[in-house]
Amino acid sequence: MKVTVNITRRPEIADPQGTTVRRALVDLGHDAVREVRIDRTIHLEVEGHDSDTVHTQVSRMCEQLLSNPVLEDFEVVVHG
Amino acid sequence: MKVAVVVFPGTNCERDTVHVLRALGAEADLVWHRETDLSAFDGAVLPGGFAHGDYLRTGAIARFSPVMDEIVRMAAAGMPVVGICNGFQVLCEAGLLPGALIANRDLAFICKMVDVEVVDTGSVLTAAAMPGQRLRIPLNSYEGNYVLPDGSPRVVLRYVDDPNGSQDGAAAIANDRGNVVGIMPHPERASDALLGSSDGVVLMEGFIASMEVSHA
Repeated sequence: MKVTVNITRRPEIADPQGTTVRRALVDLGHDAVREVRIDRTIHLEVEGHDSDTVHTQVSRMCEQLLSNPVLEDFEVVVHG
Repeated sequence: MKVAVVVFPGTNCERDTVHVLRALGAEADLVWHRETDLSAFDGAVLPGGFAHGDYLRTGAIARFSPVMDEIVRMAAAGMPVVGICNGFQVLCEAGLLPGALIANRDLAFICKMVDVEVVDTGSVLTAAAMPGQRLRIPLNSYEGNYVLPDGSPRVVLRYVDDPNGSQDGAAAIANDRGNVVGIMPHPERASDALLGSSDGVVLMEGFIASMEVSHA
């Protein structure tokens, strides 16, 4: 099954990359941009037929390795 | 008294570290990250570099290297365990130190001498230093910005002029017991006046002396 994992930086953690990109967008005339956050998406293909089981497995992977709970939240999306 | 200097794929400061430890009279050996028995060692240093290519996050994959079970055991036994630069990142990912290291505030790779002040001499790395003592040590990192979102770290060395945005100006932090320390600048590169500074020696000496104390 195809699975997408979205790893997002917790709101209180600064994102200097996003801040720099926002500044560049404003320099290009896009003054409406208030904030830019740059996060990470991981695509996996996992053996299995039951989306709940796969969701649980991938969530465990996120807790163990794919995300750092000090900095990040994660969201697992299993594509049927 | 023997120090294990751990080498992950991508570590690159291990030889400097071994050189300095030996020059200061300690026994030190390189240990490959797949080693599973460090019973012959009394302390460990995780040196700088780019363990496992820094893929995913700095230290994220290194913390699952087989040698890390032994590092966790040594830390729990009260032996000195110090992570320098990338080694600091690995210790945070492994949960042996609180917090994490993110990209520098100004998104620049910082490679320069920095001044740090000794604020806590209760750690294995600062045991031989004087409170308030200032040390000039090179910093060489991109992800050197220390954060601990829900707490305040036990800072043992503080930047005089925080170059990277670290919380509380933390250049080095310790666990509660003081035997596990992460330091972002490189004391092993400030070990000889020929290199521009020998201020790192007092830190490495503290580490070596603490190894003898923890063994006694």
